[in-house]
Amino acid sequence: MDRAEIDTRIRTLIEPFNKKGIAITDDSRFTDDLEFDSLTVMDFVAEIEDEFDIIITMNQQAEIENYGQLVDAVLKLADKG
Amino acid sequence: MTDMIGQVGHASDLFSKFDDIIAMREDLLASGVEDPFNLVMERVLSPTVAVCNGRETILLGTYNYMGMTFDPEVVAAGKDALDRFGSGTTGSRVLNGTYIGHRQVEDALREFYAMDHAMVFSTGYQANLGIIATIAGKGDYIVLDIDSHASIWDGCKMGDAEVVPFKHNDIDAMERRLRRIPDGAGKLVVLEGVYSMLGDIAPLKEMIAVAKKYGAMVLVDEAHSMGFMGPNGRGVAEDQGVLDQVDFVIGTFSKSVGTVGGFCVSNHPKFEVLRLVCRPYVFTASLPPSVVATAATSIRKLMHGKNKRAHLWENSRVLHKGLKDRGFQLGTDEPQSAIIAVLMPDLEKGAAMWEALLHEGLYVNLARPPATPANMTLLRCSLCAEHSAEQVKAVIGMFERAGKATGIIG
Repeated sequence: MDRAEIDTRIRTLIEPFNKKGIAITDDSRFTDDLEFDSLTVMDFVAEIEDEFDIIITMNQQAEIENYGQLVDAVLKLADKG
Repeated sequence: MTDMIGQVGHASDLFSKFDDIIAMREDLLASGVEDPFNLVMERVLSPTVAVCNGRETILLGTYNYMGMTFDPEVVAAGKDALDRFGSGTTGSRVLNGTYIGHRQVEDALREFYAMDHAMVFSTGYQANLGIIATIAGKGDYIVLDIDSHASIWDGCKMGDAEVVPFKHNDIDAMERRLRRIPDGAGKLVVLEGVYSMLGDIAPLKEMIAVAKKYGAMVLVDEAHSMGFMGPNGRGVAEDQGVLDQVDFVIGTFSKSVGTVGGFCVSNHPKFEVLRLVCRPYVFTASLPPSVVATAATSIRKLMHGKNKRAHLWENSRVLHKGLKDRGFQLGTDEPQSAIIAVLMPDLEKGAAMWEALLHEGLYVNLARPPATPANMTLLRCSLCAEHSAEQVKAVIGMFERAGKATGIIG
C-alpha cells in the first residue's frame, strides 16, 4: 500500500468527522484546525484501526498532531503487518 | 525584584489553560444556582440524612451503598483503635506503617474474596494507579474500556505500557485490538464491574473469555459492586461466575465498606513482590489505625449482609421504575446496579434541576464532562441499603415536583 492510497482511504474515513467540511491538507491539525475533541479523536482512531487492521496506541497518538503525520504513521504501521 | 535582576522573555500565566473551566463555572453561578460543586454537609445524621446548607436533606448521592458508616460495631472498632494505636502511623507500609490492623484488614479481604493475597492502599485511586502502572511495563499492552475511571487512565499514563482503548462494553472491538497486538507482548485487559456514571454493568463473562483466549491477564475494578453483587458480595465477576478467571480485583473502602482506602486481591503466586515495587504503595503513609479497624469490621459484616443486599436491590428497582414512569430518561433501561443515572439535556438545566432537588431536601450527584461519557450531564442517584421504602417514595415525589418545575418532564 502506498502513501497515496492510504491518504485516499483516510480521507473517506474522516469525512463524517469533519462536520464543518474544512479543507484538509497535510498540515491540518486535528484539535486546532479540525476542532476534534477527545471523544471524536477516539472514534476516528477506532475507525482507522479497523480499516487498516492496525493499532495506533494512545502513546503513538500523542505524537500525531496533524493529518500528514497520521498518514505517515498509518503507512508505517500498515507496512509492518 | 524583576527590576534588579532584569526579566528575560515575557511572563506567562500557567493558569491560563484553565480559563475555559473558570468561565464555565462563572457562567453557571451567574445564572443564580447554588454551587453544585461546593456543597457542605454541616451535620450528618445517618447514612441517608444530613443537614446541607441549613436544610435536612436525604442523601442520594453518596457511595454508602450498604450504609456501614454509622454501624455501631464499625464505629466502636474505630474508636477502640484510636485509643489503642493513636491517630496515624506517620509512615509507609514498608517501613513503620504496618500495624496489626493493616494485617487484619488484609486478612479480612482475603477471606471476603477467598483469594490468596490482599494488598491495601491508602485510597482506591492509588490502588488502580499503583497496580496498573507497576504490572504493565515497557513493551506491554494495556487494553481498556474507553469509559474507564480516571484512576485507571492515570495508572496507564504513569506506566510505560502501550495503551489501547476500545469502545465501551464492545466485545468485538476489544477482541480486534487484542488480535492486533504483536506476538509475545505482555497484555493486561482492564475492565470495571459497574461503570459508575451510567450505573451499567460489563458483560464480564464474555469479555474475560476473549481476554483469556488471547493470553491476557485481567484486572477488574469492582469498586461499585462490592458488598451487594454476586452470591457473596464479591462483585459482578462473581455474579457472572467468572471471578476465578480474574487475575486482579481492585476495590475500595470508600463505598460499601464505608471508610477510605483501596485494595487489590489476587491469586498470583508472585503477588507479594508488589509491596516492594509499587510506588503508590511504598511512597505514601499507610492508613490510620482507626480506618483499617473500621474497614476490617465492616468487611466482615458485609460477608453476612444478605438481607441488606436484598433491600438495596428493592430500592434500586423501585426508584428506577418510579423515575421511568414519570418520564425521566435514565442511563439504563433496567436497573443494573445501585446507581441510577438521570439524563439531563445540558449542564444549565441539570444544575437547575439539581438545585430544585436540593430545595426539596434531596442531594444527588451532578456529573458533567469530562467525568461523563459522550459529554452527558447526569443527575446520579446512588442508593443505600439503609434508605427506607418511605424515603425512596419521597424521593420519587421530589423528582416529580422538581422535574416539572424545571421543565425536564412534562
